[in-house]
Amino acid sequence: MSGTRRVISVLVENESSVLARVSGLFAARGYNIETLTVAPLPDTNRSRITIVTKGSERILEQISKQLHKLIPIYKVVEHEEMVEKEMVLVKLPIEESLADIQALCSAYNGGIANVGMDIIIGMVADEPRRVKHFLEAIKRYNPIEIVRGGVVAIER
Amino acid sequence: MKMNGARMVCEALIAEGVKTVFGYPGGAIMNVYDEIYKQDGFEHILNRHEQASVHAADGYARATGKVGVAMVTSGPGFTNAVTGLATAYMDSIPMVIISGQVPLALIGTDGFQEIDAIGISRQCTKHNFLVRELSELPRIMKEAFHIARTGRPGPVLVDVPKDITAEIGDFIYPDSVNIPSYKPTVKGNKRQIEKAIDAILKAKKPLLYIGGGVVLSNASDLVRKLADMGQIPAVETLMARGVMGASNPLLQGMLGMHGNYGSNMAMSETDLVISLGARFDDRVTGKLSEFAKYADVIHVDIDAANIGKLVDVDYPIVGDVTHVVEKMIEGLEGKINPDKYTDWREVLERYDNLHPQSFTDSDTVIKPQWVIERIGELLGEQAIITSDVGQHQMWAAQHYPFDRPRQWINSGGLGTMGFGFPAALGAKRGCPDKTVINITGDGSILMNVQELVTASEYKIPVINVILNNHFLGMVRQWQTFFYEARYAETDLSYQPNFKALAESCGGIGYDVTTKEEFDSALKDAIKKDKVAFINVAVNRFENVLPMVPAGGALYNMILDDQQKEK
Repeated sequence: MSGTRRVISVLVENESSVLARVSGLFAARGYNIETLTVAPLPDTNRSRITIVTKGSERILEQISKQLHKLIPIYKVVEHEEMVEKEMVLVKLPIEESLADIQALCSAYNGGIANVGMDIIIGMVADEPRRVKHFLEAIKRYNPIEIVRGGVVAIER
Repeated sequence: MKMNGARMVCEALIAEGVKTVFGYPGGAIMNVYDEIYKQDGFEHILNRHEQASVHAADGYARATGKVGVAMVTSGPGFTNAVTGLATAYMDSIPMVIISGQVPLALIGTDGFQEIDAIGISRQCTKHNFLVRELSELPRIMKEAFHIARTGRPGPVLVDVPKDITAEIGDFIYPDSVNIPSYKPTVKGNKRQIEKAIDAILKAKKPLLYIGGGVVLSNASDLVRKLADMGQIPAVETLMARGVMGASNPLLQGMLGMHGNYGSNMAMSETDLVISLGARFDDRVTGKLSEFAKYADVIHVDIDAANIGKLVDVDYPIVGDVTHVVEKMIEGLEGKINPDKYTDWREVLERYDNLHPQSFTDSDTVIKPQWVIERIGELLGEQAIITSDVGQHQMWAAQHYPFDRPRQWINSGGLGTMGFGFPAALGAKRGCPDKTVINITGDGSILMNVQELVTASEYKIPVINVILNNHFLGMVRQWQTFFYEARYAETDLSYQPNFKALAESCGGIGYDVTTKEEFDSALKDAIKKDKVAFINVAVNRFENVLPMVPAGGALYNMILDDQQKEK
């Protein structure tokens, strides 16, 4: 899908169907979701949803306005300068070099999360662009499974 | 005060000043009906289908400006209501719908008559609530009414599980609402309004583009004043008929796919569109790149998402049209020169004289347009006109002399056949002093024909004028124009005896084939004070004209049948 990439942070009332309202809006109006993360904010009854989307300027403006119309939404943040991070967990066979993987993961702001009888689990948390590089680099260690966490972002 | 949840629902409705509830009982909502039985704060009207209940509440809301209320049970009761919700949602009509739900413990188990009402209605309500705790019920009811009527109005669903309506608790109805995440913008930005005023003063060919938002905001008098003080020409959308008044010389007419020549040319040549509560619907704009091509656009809308959605806007103003137009009038007072646009008005007058909104009458067959104009002559301002969807709807919008807002009630956005008859029941209940006429077709009327029984039982004397061409007329017209006259499934020659049908349900029926018969039928129906079907045999192949083919530019209109045949 073409268009500008945009990170939108949505501050919502923490109620049962709010995520369905947000994702349903995207589905109903044909907007694109690249990643979506949601978690409650500490010491409030609010949650923060972070959505990475793509679209033309008109669509991006519509997304923000339509989100704002939903009743349980407090705030829609589209900051120019967002600090973005995405976490990735990767499972690798024990036969691969633990030291190499350790070095690679720490280059991308992470490390070894777990080592078992026959697997190694690595973790990184980095900017989305760098995560892409990591995912290319890790290929040569024959990853068994990769789990991406979706982007979280905070305005500067 | 201690009471069960069902009673709380009733007490909340009474506290909101509700006088009429339309609905249909069933298992999950029975507790509430038991309490309805015991109270006399409001009347309940039993429609014969849930869809009709919601349309009736909708018609009530459109005619009175108050929040319409309907009540349905879970499962099929709710799914039958969905078309009504969607209809109201598209036209921004304030309504509160109460639906029963299976007991909390059964939710998610595929219980009998269980359906995820909240999930299904999310995209066709302004907001919806599932009541999970009895203690939340009073607050939710209060918020539902508040959300329905404020900001951009819309339908709100409250889904109430059966065990909640049985449970007993304290009822304290809140005095005020506090929803921190919901604060509609009412006042327009002052600087933006000033810029818009400057643009109006600089314009040479300004045009007021009036939408349904003006009706919803009760801003018609202000808009007339604004037009009058600057002698600014105006066009109305389908939803705004009646705002300017039919006899107002500044009104060009209705624009859009079936707009008149003068209105569509005005929009094509204006240098400043002053959009008030309109949303640039595709049936209005035609081809977007050609729409108001030479104009800057002022867009006043209470819903920010409407602004810039389809056309680029030079002067966006988010706010209630009442507030914004008040400020515009203040700002233009003493500055605007009504003579400035004389040339522009003359141009538009020439367009109007060139191709006025007209039709060729006949002595041998009744023309549907004649019927509309005749109702207008006989009843004028005294009638509320509802309609279904299709050719008859467009003829009514084109030819009836609407003099005031809320006089014209139709499903504009969703285009729901079957809307008109139940909406007429609601309108008549809300405005008993008015004569309520549903202008309908032989296709549409059958989509909620069971309401004959409701109308008879509750003595709601609405008159259904069936413009009967034995066709699904609008689709037939498209088939004539764009499908080489292949009339796929649009021939409705096989039809009921409408007169007998009305009479079998306790109403009165008339078969009409001449103008004289029509006059006497209409007068008789008004006198009889009963629900009526006036079945008028009209010219079978009459087309709605002018017509802008879908996706075409507004200035490229099919003006007459001969032109199409060329």
